[in-house]
Amino acid sequence: MSAPHLAIVAPLVLSVFIPVFYRIFRHIHTGWFVLPLPILLFVYFLTFLPETMRGESFIESMNWIPSLGINFTAKVDGLGLLFALLITGIGALVVLYSIYYLAKTKEKLNNFYVYLLLFMSAMLGVVLSDNLIVMYAFWELTSFSSFLLIGYWYERDKSRYGAQKSMLITVFGGLAMLGGIILLYIMTGTFSVTKLISQANTIFNHALFVPALLCILLGAFTKSAQFPFYIWLPDAMEAPTPVSAYLHSATMVKAGIYLVARFTPVFGDHFLWFWLVTSIGILTLIWGSIFAVKQTDLKAILAFSTVSQLGLIMSLLGAGAAALHYEFLDENIYTVAVTAAIFHLINHATFKGSLFMAAGIIDHETGTRDIRKLGGLMHYMPITFTISIIGAFSMAGLPPFNGFLSKEMFFTAMVHVTEMDLFNLETWGFVFPVLAWIASVFTFVYSMILVFKTFTGKYQPEKLDKKPHEAPMGLLISPVILVSLVIIFGFFPNLLSDILISPAMASILPSLLGAGDEFMVHISFWHGLNIELFMTLGVVCLGIILYMTHSKWKKIYKAIPEKLSLNQFYDFLIEGLESVSSKVTKTYMNGSIRSYLVYIFAFFIVILVTTLIGKNAFMFDTNNVSTIGIYEVVLAILVVLGSICILFAKSRMTSIILLGAVGYTVSLFYILFRAPDLALTQLVIETISVALFLVCFYHLPKLRKFETRMRFRLTNALISVGVGTLVTLIALSAHSSKLFESISKYYVENTYTEAAGKNMVNVILVDFRGFDTLFEITVLAIASLGIFGMIKLRLNGRKEG
Amino acid sequence: MRKTNNIILETAVKVLLFFIALYSVYIFTAGHYYPGGGFIGGLMTAGAIVLLLITYDIKTVTKILPVNYRILTAIGLLFAIGTSAGSLIYDLPFLTHAFGDVHLPLLGELSIHTATLFDLGVYFVVVGVTMTIIQTIGEDE
Amino acid sequence: MEILMAFVIGILFSTATYLMLSKSLLRIIVGTGLLSHGAHLLILTMGGLKRGSAPILGGNAESYTDPLPQALILTAIVISFGVTAFFLVLAYRAYQELGTDNVEEMRGTEKDD
Repeated sequence: MSAPHLAIVAPLVLSVFIPVFYRIFRHIHTGWFVLPLPILLFVYFLTFLPETMRGESFIESMNWIPSLGINFTAKVDGLGLLFALLITGIGALVVLYSIYYLAKTKEKLNNFYVYLLLFMSAMLGVVLSDNLIVMYAFWELTSFSSFLLIGYWYERDKSRYGAQKSMLITVFGGLAMLGGIILLYIMTGTFSVTKLISQANTIFNHALFVPALLCILLGAFTKSAQFPFYIWLPDAMEAPTPVSAYLHSATMVKAGIYLVARFTPVFGDHFLWFWLVTSIGILTLIWGSIFAVKQTDLKAILAFSTVSQLGLIMSLLGAGAAALHYEFLDENIYTVAVTAAIFHLINHATFKGSLFMAAGIIDHETGTRDIRKLGGLMHYMPITFTISIIGAFSMAGLPPFNGFLSKEMFFTAMVHVTEMDLFNLETWGFVFPVLAWIASVFTFVYSMILVFKTFTGKYQPEKLDKKPHEAPMGLLISPVILVSLVIIFGFFPNLLSDILISPAMASILPSLLGAGDEFMVHISFWHGLNIELFMTLGVVCLGIILYMTHSKWKKIYKAIPEKLSLNQFYDFLIEGLESVSSKVTKTYMNGSIRSYLVYIFAFFIVILVTTLIGKNAFMFDTNNVSTIGIYEVVLAILVVLGSICILFAKSRMTSIILLGAVGYTVSLFYILFRAPDLALTQLVIETISVALFLVCFYHLPKLRKFETRMRFRLTNALISVGVGTLVTLIALSAHSSKLFESISKYYVENTYTEAAGKNMVNVILVDFRGFDTLFEITVLAIASLGIFGMIKLRLNGRKEG
Repeated sequence: MRKTNNIILETAVKVLLFFIALYSVYIFTAGHYYPGGGFIGGLMTAGAIVLLLITYDIKTVTKILPVNYRILTAIGLLFAIGTSAGSLIYDLPFLTHAFGDVHLPLLGELSIHTATLFDLGVYFVVVGVTMTIIQTIGEDE
Repeated sequence: MEILMAFVIGILFSTATYLMLSKSLLRIIVGTGLLSHGAHLLILTMGGLKRGSAPILGGNAESYTDPLPQALILTAIVISFGVTAFFLVLAYRAYQELGTDNVEEMRGTEKDD
């Protein structure tokens, strides 16, 4: 176990102690115990920077299931480190923010922080695992923790609905991704990403290439809320705001982007990858931005805006994959798309994080997030206003903030797409910059709505639940740090280029680098009077016009019928599934034990008869049979007689005693068959069992008069005779066929040498197969507790009944 | 269970019980070499206590043997898991047992097994489980 | 002997199945008891019967009977005891609560809310 392994599981370990801290230190906000960890981890991950800047990566493996090629391999490379820093950095800020956001008296803080730490571990695991199966496990864990956090206020209907929705969609995608991982394994025989990349050519020419590509992309698109799977993200806004800022804007939703980036070296050469990633990204971008304008809830606007921005990053990664077709690095203008993707990823985390926190502050201090009720808050909350305006301007792509730079680069990348001479882009390439431009106009509009509808305009105190005032310092620290980053990255973008962007690019486009090469990233403010600048100017002009006339044209949205929306489709699908499955289940789960047993036995007969016939397995061989002694015949007759007599027994007592008789006879059998341990056990067990039976049934006198003999039923008789015959046949064939040498010899030979015992049965039980025994006594203990519970615990309301 | 008044049984049990209990301990310790072991020993001990329960009533027996059988079960499980996990300290796989011979004054050569500790766990669990079941049913009126 | 045992086991399974398909809870439990006896004997028979002396070293025996099925059965006996006890108490409590041991009459007595 190396240090990065520890870093991944550290939050998980801390989460174990959180409930303890919560109980013991009631008067200290639990968040203070959590806060040091992400800060520590952030600092720890910073120490990897020199290594990744040299183009090296740290890799350390820990055996987990080596026989299946599944090992817990931690790999810290440029891309993984970038995400790890985001996760821990934003994580620290969010924890700090949550300390002031969630009141320690009202909220179940222990649950909250346990879930949050669970998420942190899971997310670090996703981005730092080289083994895909381990990555998948962490991936699903992020879905689970997201589910728990969205459903944090589980008493609300909407929270539960949102939690379920996000879970269903992301886990569905996760399963598809698992399918893709397994397909990749079939193609290459490895789960390691590093090895996959080195075998990219084999994969590319394999027949399973396209299915694997589609499966992996399905996982990425569901997680990163791409069209048409984005519908879970707006509903996920039911989570507390710190969670929305952390999971649903800065980190978890970017896991899909991480996945696409990670797999670019494997799949990126294919035209399907370029087309799917780029066009779905662009579609999501424009769709999200158009619908964001429609929303009236601050967090809903931010949710749609996140959807749209994720689409933007996605499309950039798709366009960047095209760079793989141009083998020369110098003047490879297409890599700018990847640069822009990474840069925007960082920028988005800063400005969207600050905007979410500002929205949380508004909600916290006024009691509403509805922009129709808000307005004129500028004078009451000047700091929040400043935070929001910087965040929103950056999001809209205005100078001098970092959003402006990445948006310029986005335009550059999209314009470059038209210049490519692959994949029919000569004909269709122009669509990308046009759509990108339209989407940017809408992005501008909703950014303006976000700030100006809230902070300017008419102040409406009568619609607010609380009297608005500026938030306390604690709530403001985190968003202030984030907006300072917005400004710093805006003015000094090249702070990031060498230390973070270039190493991350090296992980995404490794084939373009020779030995010792690195990507020269230089982000500059002023490119001269080029097409991108005019595009931005156009965005601003048209955006202002649209914002001014917003109230007039927003009625268009009403023209879209509700019934055709994706949400309606999702609800219809879920309800349909529920009702159909409940109907189907009720037809055969009718509550009668007898029918269930009939199913079991019928299935047993059918499956075994088919096997016996199909595999030609029935064999009858009278060789190698041991002799029959007179005692054995007597015992056999006794067992048969006893068991048949039970069928005709009239009273309960008789059948219990007969069962006991059969049991004792069986133990005599064990003696004859040279099994003294079994005989002893069976004898004592039989005694205790009979005592138990008698205690249970003898002391219930009132039911005794209902005792009757069993009535004959033909179907039952047929089934039982069928089962009996089949078992006889199996016993005969099992005896007659010898497929391989028995493994028992090992035990006979090693009992004394390895375990220093003489009683083989006992040695097998306590030594060779000790696990069986361990679990067996556990089962026994559970059974006894179950019995104890059934008798002692009377929870039901018998008084009412 | 019902209070019975059976002189023959009571007298016989007083003597028999001692032998059964002794025999069950013997059969448990001999388990590694001869038929026996934790399961059988435990069941036999439980059988002895059941015999006691049948002869006397439940209150008398709890007075003689004030044992909480659920805790006994837990102790047994801990024993079994503890012995199994013990090997981890020596960097051996879970459930690796060790054995050796010790020379004791008066008793002579004695071989010691950690497997016996594991079996002791099994013994405790079996006694605990059986008695929990019988006692809870017996106490229920 | 193995062939004779095969038939004994078959009969044990038949009667057990027939009992388990009846309506009375007690008979179902008795049925499971018989079924486990049948299963234990089946495992033992599959390993071959009387192939040597009891699996205890030191008796100068030339060969031993297969110890592995015996160890498996020993585990199975104890487990089936636990299961039977659990069933019994379940049935006993069902009697107390519902006043019947007929499984058909117990249908739908769960709270339907």
